[in-house]
Amino acid sequence: MLKTFKLGGVHPAENKFSANKAIEKLALPKSVFIPVAQHIGAPAQTLVKKGDQVKVGQIIAKAGGFVSANIHSSVSGTVKKVDLATDASGYPKQGIFIDVEGDEWEEGIITDDKLVEKFDTDGKAIIDKINAAGIVGLGGATFPTHVKLMPPPGSKAEMLIINGVECEPYLTADHRLMLEKGSELLVGIRILMCALSVDKAYIGIENNKKDAIASLQNLTASDSSIEIVPLKVKYPQGGEKQLIKAVTGREVPSGALPIAVGAVVSNVGTAYAVYEAVQKNKPLIERVVTVTGRSVKNPSNFMVRVGTPVKELIEAAGGLPDDTGKIISGGPMMGKAIASTDVPVTKGTSGILIMPDTDAKRKTSQNCIRCGRCVTVCPMGLEPFLLMTVSEKQIWDRAEKDCIMDCIECGSCSFTCPADRPLLDYIRLGKGKVGQIIRSRKK
Amino acid sequence: MSKLLTISPSPHVHTSDSVNKIMYRVILALVPALVWSVFMFGVEAMRVTLLAVIACMAFEYLIQRFITKEEPKITDGSAALTGILLAFNVPASLPSWIIIIGALIAIGVGKLSFGGLGNNPFNPALVGRVFLLISFPVQMTSWPVNIHVQTDAVTTATPLAILKEGIKNGQPVSDLMHNLPSSLDLLYGNMSGSMGEISAALLLLGFAYMLWKKVITWHIPVFILGTIFVFQGGLHLINPDKFIEPLFHLLTGGAMLGAIYMATDMVTSPMTHKGQFIYALGIGIITVLIRNFGAYPEGISFAILILNGFTPLINAYVKPKRFGGKK
Ligand code: SF4
Ligand code: SF4
Repeated sequence: MLKTFKLGGVHPAENKFSANKAIEKLALPKSVFIPVAQHIGAPAQTLVKKGDQVKVGQIIAKAGGFVSANIHSSVSGTVKKVDLATDASGYPKQGIFIDVEGDEWEEGIITDDKLVEKFDTDGKAIIDKINAAGIVGLGGATFPTHVKLMPPPGSKAEMLIINGVECEPYLTADHRLMLEKGSELLVGIRILMCALSVDKAYIGIENNKKDAIASLQNLTASDSSIEIVPLKVKYPQGGEKQLIKAVTGREVPSGALPIAVGAVVSNVGTAYAVYEAVQKNKPLIERVVTVTGRSVKNPSNFMVRVGTPVKELIEAAGGLPDDTGKIISGGPMMGKAIASTDVPVTKGTSGILIMPDTDAKRKTSQNCIRCGRCVTVCPMGLEPFLLMTVSEKQIWDRAEKDCIMDCIECGSCSFTCPADRPLLDYIRLGKGKVGQIIRSRKK
Repeated sequence: MSKLLTISPSPHVHTSDSVNKIMYRVILALVPALVWSVFMFGVEAMRVTLLAVIACMAFEYLIQRFITKEEPKITDGSAALTGILLAFNVPASLPSWIIIIGALIAIGVGKLSFGGLGNNPFNPALVGRVFLLISFPVQMTSWPVNIHVQTDAVTTATPLAILKEGIKNGQPVSDLMHNLPSSLDLLYGNMSGSMGEISAALLLLGFAYMLWKKVITWHIPVFILGTIFVFQGGLHLINPDKFIEPLFHLLTGGAMLGAIYMATDMVTSPMTHKGQFIYALGIGIITVLIRNFGAYPEGISFAILILNGFTPLINAYVKPKRFGGKK
């Protein structure tokens, strides 16, 4: 029996069209827009101004606090302006526009592909390097990695869990990375283990990526400290709490962080970025992005410089299909619909999903038939139908009592509701409101 | 960009299941039992079913159109399903005008007066049925002889009624057995009774289909039938002269119809499996109590309605197990 998490879960159609497409380097764009807030936490502070010459890998914005991350130039060229522009969130964000000239890298960055296995085992030095390289969680949450590597006093990491689940339908970026960069990935994992001073790491991978499981098992055959854990396919297994439960059987208490059960979770993309930062001095300036969709001519996986406009990726995948109705940054379950293809790829962009008109529109919502399916599928054991009703009626104390803050916004409830009710829309609203109330109480 | 893109919050994909599909699948699951009913009771069975379905849909349309003034939703299949279930719960000989009254009560009172599909606390078909049983006790308990029997009699008694009458007259169960159909007859449906309740086997076939299509889960039917079996079995062990063996009760009097198709009505049953267990336990116990000690030979309709009434309470107190909650 394959391991998985116990409570709830759904099985959306996988549609991993690009699973067999090797990662291709995308051609350099003519210009990039690099937002200074690509992570959770304080925005970075801009260090350059109009007219400055920058090189690839040069720091252009400095972390704005402990929970923040440095931003580096992903290209070489001239800073055109520092201004507001819309990113994938749909809001105007501060960022740096750079016109690309050539491809000149900052000194000290190693650009060859040679595998470097040996690393300096000074944990503090590793964390400093990761911090300097501006690495954040590449799974989509974009939490600064150096923060995760420094557990608060009183808590101790016992294990590292690497998230290779990629439970979002359509996306294949992590899958390809595990297949093509397995050795680098494992070095990255060892570096992370060293920084955390743990002697056990697990890589959780869903069983629809058998080739990746086999290849990593092969590479770790002689290393018992890293264990590959094949998992039964079930959404949202990539959720931190669900993954920890699936791999270790431990349950992170409501309101607590993974470290409460001794676990630190990191995405495979992040581990690879750690390898590049520590072994090659290369800051986080590019990532793998899946471009896919039912009508996309050439579903692909691209290695893309941060700041590249989404439209360049779509062009490279065969152009925008005529029947396009919606473009999503991320996967279909948790991704964000974007209003324009001018928005840039950022550190958290795992995929660009193009949906045809016919799938883009929501169906009209009907009365709740009280079928209880939303309750059955909720991985957090909540009652989505009830949370929607109390949010609609603004009964915030009820919402809080019924654990609305535990919702991980996975969308399983809305996905499964036969009456097409917009459950998560209302729950998000309720969460925002209840969160405000809780914060104001603490003051 | 020339094209207008849709912007909506996640999730961006949706299951292919819908309310309509659920309703039509339940209807499909009931078709084998309906065919059997027509085979046993002839065109009369067809008349009752068609009339009940048409009347339920018509009342839903008229009330939504002219009284509550909303967009009529008769195509969602729920009114048709109520019609079939109502028909399944009455004798095949029931006069047409009584059926129409039953449909009006089921749809008008049982469903739309509460705000329509999803808001009704009681199963509409059962509301209609129980209303008819109380208002027209004679017509509702005159069971037609099936068309394959050569006899002058026009009506007959149901196995449960034969049993109840005999025990009331002081006969031990063992003496009554030869008046009752064999378990095999009961299983495939050679007995008298309400239109849809007679063939346990075909009702179970529909159950299997619904499980396969994930329309319902096994919990409620299995818990109800299990409770009836255990409770009646216990009584039987204590006094086999007064209490018949439990299998008989599973195969008669609409236990299957009630447990599989009426108690599982999503709108009126609890949300969590734990809640469903309590609900099913209540239905099983009350059914056995009414059948053995009550005035009516059959009691599952009442039992379901009573527990429908408790469902909001069960939902309010039986919460799902929270992830990371206190043990
Ligand atoms: S979005 Fe929230 S409420 Fe809905 S299933 Fe996921 S965790 Fe549960
Ligand atoms: S899944 Fe939809 S219809 Fe079913 S109980 Fe939840 S909200 Fe109601």
